[in-house]
Amino acid sequence: MKMGRYTTALIACMVIGAFLLVAGCTSTSQSTTSATEEEKTITVFTAGSLKGAFTDMAAAYEEQHSGTKVILNIDGTQALRTQVEQGARGDVFASANLKHMIALMGEGFIDNATVVDFVENRVTVALPASNPGNITELSDLAKAGTKVLIGTPEVPIGNYARQVLDKMAEDTAYGQTYEDAVMANVISEETNVNNIIAKLLIGEADAGFTYTSDVVTPAYADQLTTITIPDEYNVVAQYPIGVLNESANPDTAEDFITFVRSEQGGEILQRYGFSPV
Amino acid sequence: MALGASLLFGGFLLFITVPVVSLFLRISPEAFIASLSNPVVTDALTLSLATAGACVGIVVLCGTPISYINARTAYRGRDIIDTLIDIPVILPPAVAGLALLMAFGRYGILGSYLSICGIEVAYTTLAVVLAQVFVSSPFYIRQARASFEAVDRSLEDAARTLGASPFRTFTRITMPLAAGGLVSGAVMTFARALGEFGATIMFAGNIQGRTQTMPLAIYTAMQGDLDASLALAVILVIISFGVITGVRYAVRR
Repeated sequence: MKMGRYTTALIACMVIGAFLLVAGCTSTSQSTTSATEEEKTITVFTAGSLKGAFTDMAAAYEEQHSGTKVILNIDGTQALRTQVEQGARGDVFASANLKHMIALMGEGFIDNATVVDFVENRVTVALPASNPGNITELSDLAKAGTKVLIGTPEVPIGNYARQVLDKMAEDTAYGQTYEDAVMANVISEETNVNNIIAKLLIGEADAGFTYTSDVVTPAYADQLTTITIPDEYNVVAQYPIGVLNESANPDTAEDFITFVRSEQGGEILQRYGFSPV
Repeated sequence: MALGASLLFGGFLLFITVPVVSLFLRISPEAFIASLSNPVVTDALTLSLATAGACVGIVVLCGTPISYINARTAYRGRDIIDTLIDIPVILPPAVAGLALLMAFGRYGILGSYLSICGIEVAYTTLAVVLAQVFVSSPFYIRQARASFEAVDRSLEDAARTLGASPFRTFTRITMPLAAGGLVSGAVMTFARALGEFGATIMFAGNIQGRTQTMPLAIYTAMQGDLDASLALAVILVIISFGVITGVRYAVRR
């Protein structure tokens, strides 16, 4: 029987579909089974603020360990935690706060013995370099009409920012009215810090609560300025890193963590504004 | 009155077209060309085209028999089945994503059994295809059913009386007659699959090269590389226009 155009097209689609289904299934198993001694792949769940630093970190690690591939899964820590809890596979988990890491440890997803704090960070108020909101000091954030960005309560930067505001609310110099006014000026709660930076870079907001590392990052350094938050109101953000229990390459994962905590790793982190521990 | 109507008309058209034009105006041609060699852009483009293509393949394969049966046979419960098949269209994509995760995630209702057999679906490229199939299949099935219903049965009967088998009648008479509608349904499925975001990011995740389709890449790239984001958006606009033109051409045949 002569094959009509449609039958041919249908068969072609079936072949493509079948191929992709197989590719989809095997690409999962490839990343979870180490093929040979030389070819290894690890997936690093990376908190959003570590995007720049860990991109360089992964490249440096791959250069030193030919045959090893480091894949970064970058998102807000709470989003990454949800993925792990829903069964996503990975090898290393780098969190921007203790809370989510401790939760995962309690739920049995982390190899607790491998967890270490590797950097510290602080909160700051970032502004677009052009300063459209004319902000010169912290009290300006409470002025009516100022457009402020903050993280959601679950994302570490959102949690830290609220801690800072709570501390300022306890001080008579600012008080609860200050915190309320600032929160009333919030135009958006973002799910990770990179979204906050993105909106600041295109001038869609006057100010945002980000990390100090974000304004030092080479890519943004000349597009953002900051208002420093005094130490008495600021919080120390502690970043723990650890190996996921179901990692298919726990040795490589631990080796990567060792690299992160090495002198070379520390240099990369410092370049991006982090304080290695 | 005519002035009011034309103001309304013109205003609405501006609202639709100005944002699309803004995409092209906010990126320089040099930056666009440069972005075409950016791995974020190329990875997303190939992944999107491959997964949407696979999606259309699956939907056409599974949807054609379903829509043909629903068009030709009035079985008990057909109306319920029709409503069920339409559910993905009414379901918000984020809900679809969450639902797929709850069903097929590693600890999901069905996923936990699949996991025992070593099959993992969530957070893989397969999940991207499944999410696309879930949200875009109604577009093809509805259109295919309408197209089959529009085929003159007397032509099919004539073929049968002339000795053609049911299969031959289907492929040589019914399909060609329904072709315009089937193709336009497939093209709409492709377009919907290409644009899928919410279900994909929730069920498949967002890793470059593995699950980061073009819409996800646009969203992610915007966090730091606006040019990559705009380049992808421009490419998607061009593809979308191609889709619309394709549909209108197919329907006219």
